Amino acid sequence: MMTPQRSETLPVREASDILLVRQLVREWATELGFSVLDQTKLVTAASELGRNTLIHGGGGTMLLETFVKNDRRGLRLTFEDKGPGIADLERAMTNGFTTKGGMGLGLGGSKRLVDEFEVVSRVGEGTRVTATRWT
Amino acid sequence: MERISILRMGEILLVTIQVDMHDRLATALQDDLANRISVTRARGVLIDISALDVVDSFIARMFGDIAQMARVLDAETVLVGMQPSVAITLVEMGVAMTGVRTALNVEKGMALLRARMDEERADDDAPAE
Repeated sequence: MMTPQRSETLPVREASDILLVRQLVREWATELGFSVLDQTKLVTAASELGRNTLIHGGGGTMLLETFVKNDRRGLRLTFEDKGPGIADLERAMTNGFTTKGGMGLGLGGSKRLVDEFEVVSRVGEGTRVTATRWT
Repeated sequence: MERISILRMGEILLVTIQVDMHDRLATALQDDLANRISVTRARGVLIDISALDVVDSFIARMFGDIAQMARVLDAETVLVGMQPSVAITLVEMGVAMTGVRTALNVEKGMALLRARMDEERADDDAPAE
């Protein structure tokens, strides 16, 4: 288990919280030296995952952490909620799968924007999504 | 609640998005545009997103919905100024944005809309066979 260099938790309780999530991810990604394209990918992934936490999870938190490994710097986003959980994870990861009128690109789409991606979900208990990108 | 302003330039409605949009603001813009198109009888909508440094799937879908809604009201929509990093990110995510016309900048977008309007006027003026 790596020890984060820096960490901060933000609430994801209402639509305007997503703006703060995007801002903080942009700030930290810039400070870590990510390219503009990588910053945009990270911020977009955070926006998608934050919306999932808000709409499907009924709100939760985002934990933002930075790491250093072999001269590379990493930014990790962890979105956690105590919502209904995802019954069919494989289907939820498929492009076009949506239950709430979105484009259905939230999970599958954000997975393609990062280097490491993990979803842990238990029906009735909640969901935790971890997404990491390295410089 | 704050709203994104819509400017009227003749038959074209011009929207410049300069703030990071949350979902409700995006939805409000869609509603406001529908009203303005119908009230002003606008034939074109130009949306400048050059200041937007993030467009996620929700906002992308909203642009698609606006274009579709405008078409039903007989107006053409052009999205201009998308930042390269935003375009690449959308493609990597698998967001297709089909049905949305795009142009490099406001000038080119305006030219596209005007050309389309002139074309239609020429069709109207053509003698019936």
